Amino acid sequence: MTRWLLWTLAGVILGGIVHLGTILMVPRTASQDAYDRLEPITQANVMTPIPGPTPAKAVLPFMDPAFAVAVCRYDLRRGPMKLTAPVSQAYTSVTFYSRLGVAYYGINDRAAGRRTIELYLMTTPQREALPEEEDVTAADRLIIESPSVTGLIVLRALSPEPGLMPMAQASVAAARCVTQTQTR
Amino acid sequence: MRLLLGSLYMFVVAAAIGLGSTFFALTRGAGFGTLRIGAWTAQPKAGTSGIDPYSRAVIARSGALPISLGDGVAFVATADDRRQPLDGRCEVLIAGMTPTARYFTLTLYDPDGRLVANSVNRHSFTSEELYRNQDGSFEIAVAPRARPGNWLPSGGLERYLLVLRFYDTSVGVATRAEREAPMPSIRRSGACR
Repeated sequence: MTRWLLWTLAGVILGGIVHLGTILMVPRTASQDAYDRLEPITQANVMTPIPGPTPAKAVLPFMDPAFAVAVCRYDLRRGPMKLTAPVSQAYTSVTFYSRLGVAYYGINDRAAGRRTIELYLMTTPQREALPEEEDVTAADRLIIESPSVTGLIVLRALSPEPGLMPMAQASVAAARCVTQTQTR
Repeated sequence: MRLLLGSLYMFVVAAAIGLGSTFFALTRGAGFGTLRIGAWTAQPKAGTSGIDPYSRAVIARSGALPISLGDGVAFVATADDRRQPLDGRCEVLIAGMTPTARYFTLTLYDPDGRLVANSVNRHSFTSEELYRNQDGSFEIAVAPRARPGNWLPSGGLERYLLVLRFYDTSVGVATRAEREAPMPSIRRSGACR
């Protein structure tokens, strides 16, 4: 009897380990996460407008229908990236997601505080490789470090009422993400 | 022989408990740091790099992108104030005030996160579109058939959920209570069809 109790206890402990292991594995093995869904309809390192959600079709679940959205699926292997996005009339935000969908940085137009949002995205080694003096002049440049080489930049512009949607769409369509050729 | 049987038994127990609890956590959507106000729940931390492993797993499986904390906070309701699940065949009234935010949107989804088809193509309200009372409060009727005022069609769906998103808001990781973030009530207001 005691023997079986011990086996059960061992099973419960091992079950806990299995539970933690599988929870941690899910993001790596999920085959339909946001990045996978966006991959077929976006080009790497190009800002691409994403169609808004309709009852019949939506690129991602739980999209806010009041927003015009553009996505830059980035790949920093060839160098850092510069993002320029005009601020729309109502509300604009930029969110950076790692390859596995972690929102590691987000900023809205008010926090960015200018007519255009300008951000530089690079990996930690690329940032360390920046020349010293450039790092000083970089004080007024907003540099964001990406935890992964690939990921998503998602630009959202609000259309407070349906009639303003074309303006919000035009605003996100004017955004650019460009790979910076390595500066010496 | 006994050893073999015993270890086999142990592995079966481990698999059942381990995988069962993982499945349970992913489908029921457990998460740390959940902010609960009335019928609404939010996970402000899910929009930061400090996201917990459970929310990460849920998000990766659903394919949704969480709203980042620098952008805003999303509150979800799947039941009304009396904990009755939201049923699209019934009329539900969402009434009250909202926390300070530059904008907010209220959107109705089916349980998989899709918009719900309806005759007037109304899937959400933004804070700018609402008819409001003089004191700034508002009422939104979620109902299968047309209602005067702010009507959000439920499409007669058996189950739906509501997502209330606040953009550029003071609500965040530090928010603890209703006092800091007054949320609208969700009440059943009529018979079900």
